[in-house]
Amino acid sequence: MAKNTLYDKVWDAHIVTRLPTGQYQLFIGLHLVHEVTTPQACDMLRERGLRVAYPERTVGTMDHIIPTDSRERPYADAQAEAMMAALERNTREFGIPLLDYGSGRQGIVHVIGPELGLVHPGMTVACGDSHTATHGAFGTLAFGIGTSQVRDVLATQCLSIAPLKVRRIEVGGTLGTGVTAKDVILHIIHELGVQGGIGYAYEYAGAVFETMSMEGRMTVCNMSIEGGARAGYVNPDQTTFDYLAGREYAPKGDAWERALRHWQSVASGADAEYDDVVELSGGDIEPRVTWGVNPGQSVAVGEPLPDPALLPAGERETAELAYAHMKLEPGQRMTDLAIDVAFIGSCTNSRISDLRAAAEIAKGRRVAPGVKALVVPGSQQVLKQAREEGLDRIFTDADFEWRDAGCSMCLGMNPDKLVGDQICASTSNRNFIGRQGSPTGRTLLMSPAMAAAAAVEGRVIDVRGLD
Amino acid sequence: MTETRIRTIDGRALAIRGDDIDTDRIIPARFLKEITFENMGKYVFHDVRFDESGGRKPHPFNEAANEGACLLFVNANFGCGSSREHAPQALYRWGIRAIVGVSFGEIFAGNSEMLGMPTATASAETIAALQDAAETAPATEWTLSLESMTVSGGGLELPVHLAENRRKALLEGYWDSTATLVTNAALVEQVAARLPYMHGYD
Repeated sequence: MAKNTLYDKVWDAHIVTRLPTGQYQLFIGLHLVHEVTTPQACDMLRERGLRVAYPERTVGTMDHIIPTDSRERPYADAQAEAMMAALERNTREFGIPLLDYGSGRQGIVHVIGPELGLVHPGMTVACGDSHTATHGAFGTLAFGIGTSQVRDVLATQCLSIAPLKVRRIEVGGTLGTGVTAKDVILHIIHELGVQGGIGYAYEYAGAVFETMSMEGRMTVCNMSIEGGARAGYVNPDQTTFDYLAGREYAPKGDAWERALRHWQSVASGADAEYDDVVELSGGDIEPRVTWGVNPGQSVAVGEPLPDPALLPAGERETAELAYAHMKLEPGQRMTDLAIDVAFIGSCTNSRISDLRAAAEIAKGRRVAPGVKALVVPGSQQVLKQAREEGLDRIFTDADFEWRDAGCSMCLGMNPDKLVGDQICASTSNRNFIGRQGSPTGRTLLMSPAMAAAAAVEGRVIDVRGLD
Repeated sequence: MTETRIRTIDGRALAIRGDDIDTDRIIPARFLKEITFENMGKYVFHDVRFDESGGRKPHPFNEAANEGACLLFVNANFGCGSSREHAPQALYRWGIRAIVGVSFGEIFAGNSEMLGMPTATASAETIAALQDAAETAPATEWTLSLESMTVSGGGLELPVHLAENRRKALLEGYWDSTATLVTNAALVEQVAARLPYMHGYD
């Protein structure tokens, strides 16, 4: 059993009681809600005559279904309009603050929570979205939950949940030029497998994470679930505190000083014990691209695709399915592959540093003929900042489409979708079959710089070799 | 609120083969735009069951012999991916009442429990035997017993596992967690009062 880790400290501080089943009732410090998983949860509350217990610890916004090319209401899609109307009605009825377009703070839940300073080290966070582990970047325990659990948190500000084991993933050394947080997490998932994290919270530690920006840490923690881990976190440090300082909902003045002392106390102790420790070397990591149908199926960009016969027995069948769906062959290189679409966005990679990295590639270049390239900022604030820096112009001058904030082409719930078997260089988090809205669509996960490079070259390319 | 104790699940079974069957495959995201779960049963495995013009493709959920089955035998990491409760809802509303597999995506397993639908695990050999038996003799009547932690049918009786807290929740009827959690409101207030961020870190 893990001892004196951040996980243990935060978990223990939030235990309400042990339930008759043996699970724990855990208090949730921040509940982020969005349009997709709330309508049914709010209906359930009404059926049972329940109210929202802590509306002030709940924040709503819209991200999954909204179009990113037009904000005009009613939406062309009647289902999207109905869902949005339900969110507006429910947040009003239950007294939940809603950060909508008019607020200037709308965006992807996992982008706005951190940027508004709502997420503090030592908190528990829940959201009806599997990428909630993003908030672990701040030294929180953050859980993705289903609709019935959204109902639980709305009604009681608590979850019924079983304890996790803790695996420390230590990545030492330094990252090479052109290697990003996205490559680090794709490497980790490749090494440990998409099932490797089942039953665990991942603690990301070591020199690579100590020197990584908050936005990079968010990218890493975001994809914990893709490695099977229910939660993932980085211990809070000066980088965390510097990021939070001055943000809208961060403590100010004396409260800031008191908060700092508390935040420092929640980090894993020097004597912490773990259920498992994995050590990896940052110097071994190269820019990575997925070639298959789960986020574990990736290669270093120049590497030939694996021979299924040489893979562990458990991975062979999925590899064969992946080759069939992706229309790829073992031994082929991803750099041979032409793309149809490039998507820069999603809760994984739509923050200002992601857009800067993509803009650096786009600057002075043009999207290759026949390629559709989208840049979708994660929030209205990211969009505003990008405009102030002139990034929007860099993108539009290079023939990228510049959109409003939302989940866009990550998940096929809004008008941004792949068509037929299009190949998409995507900065999102999942390459599951059908994920980007076309049952035969093909997704290649990669970093923002790599996706921008693929857009301008019209094929996958090692960003380090771009002229 | 809910007093349903779940001891056994009895009925016919069907098998879905393959590791890492993700929630996008169980229910594609476009169906999540409906604001109720009502129709989800119709959409289960939609894009692998139907072609683009709506024609049926060969799939266990399309076979007449499997209609009315309530047990599902799957392989490893079933339900990995998104937190969408629509995935277990779709299976449940189609008629599934219990799933037996090598392993499950964690959020999926939790969501299934919230519906009173156990996700029991078993060895790869056990699963292979169950899947073979269900495919060759789809009329077999099976029993998943949460008391003896076995699945039996067609002359087989094989051991399965379920985390003790999940098993207890189902056996004792506590799986509707809201009902349990609301009874501890006073304790919740005490914990909230102790947490520094709940009162400006004073």
